[in-house]
Amino acid sequence: MKKIYADLHLCPNLKNVEHITKMINKASRLGYNTVGINLYQNYNEQEIRKLQGISEEANIDLISRIDLKPKTPRELIYNLRKLRRRLEVIAVICESKNIARHAAKDRRVDLLNFPSLDFRRRFFDKAEAELASNSLTALEIDIKPLLILDGPSRIRLLSNLRRETIIAQKFHVPIVISSGVSDIMLMRKPKELVALASLFDLDEASALKAVSENPTLIIKRNREKLNPRFVAPGIRIIREGKDC
Amino acid sequence: MKNVRRRYIAIEIDSNEAFDSREFMDAVWSAVSKLYGEYGASHCGLTLINYDLEKQVAVIRTVHTSLNMIRAALASITKINDKLVAMHVMSVSGTIKALYKKIKKQPI
Repeated sequence: MKKIYADLHLCPNLKNVEHITKMINKASRLGYNTVGINLYQNYNEQEIRKLQGISEEANIDLISRIDLKPKTPRELIYNLRKLRRRLEVIAVICESKNIARHAAKDRRVDLLNFPSLDFRRRFFDKAEAELASNSLTALEIDIKPLLILDGPSRIRLLSNLRRETIIAQKFHVPIVISSGVSDIMLMRKPKELVALASLFDLDEASALKAVSENPTLIIKRNREKLNPRFVAPGIRIIREGKDC
Repeated sequence: MKNVRRRYIAIEIDSNEAFDSREFMDAVWSAVSKLYGEYGASHCGLTLINYDLEKQVAVIRTVHTSLNMIRAALASITKINDKLVAMHVMSVSGTIKALYKKIKKQPI
């Protein structure tokens, strides 16, 4: 069966339609079937429909996604309550340990992203992995820093990613590999992302899962939940009316 | 002596600028040695087979055990002579003949 590849983290300039179109077309040309575009918090439905029109032309499935950067757990909960029923994927950029722990605990969070290059500010440790594993939250690894960094900073990042992937695999936390780019020239094919994942010792089978099965599973699960006929996992309204 | 299994890789060079074969190979060697060091690069058996300046398509040869290393190195290249570039593997094959057959079917 042909694999479905997904890049859940594209960050085009949302004010520039031409840039979005170019990025979606390139993603389609590179072999992706699904792309997630990072929206800002005050997006409107009209903008999403416009993006969907562009992606339909490119024959690609578009995912609405948002990166939350809360400063307090309270802000995180408020945003999750506001956005969870409207967007397909929610990622949390964990910039403090408190936020990382709350995000990992919350079932409404799909992806945990650790942008910091500093070893002490990357909070994906065993405790975090255990919480994430229980709430089905995935660890998202952006490839962009691997492409733009050089020398000692890239070495340090690779070492951190190696440690984090080992922990994630040990605790069965799904890993999602995304590009995280805003520049078209930094976009890579799915198999190139898999090859880059070998730099932090992620085996080929797991890396392939991280660009295909794991993101697809998150999308499928969330789309099912967003369906008005969804009641609870495994329970759906099939028919309504007096004759039921 | 064990027979060396080779892999031929067709690469699409995506850039607004054109580069000659020397600049291209320098960038590939530099990426390989940056990621895997000189020791790792010495295992790759990297050779340029063909370089089409017009279509911006290159064919290189490597040993099959280093294929993933070369893929990663190619993906990590973002600039040649300070000009933005992206390199995408179009196809991989065990013989040149099969490689050209494969890439003929693909639009560039």
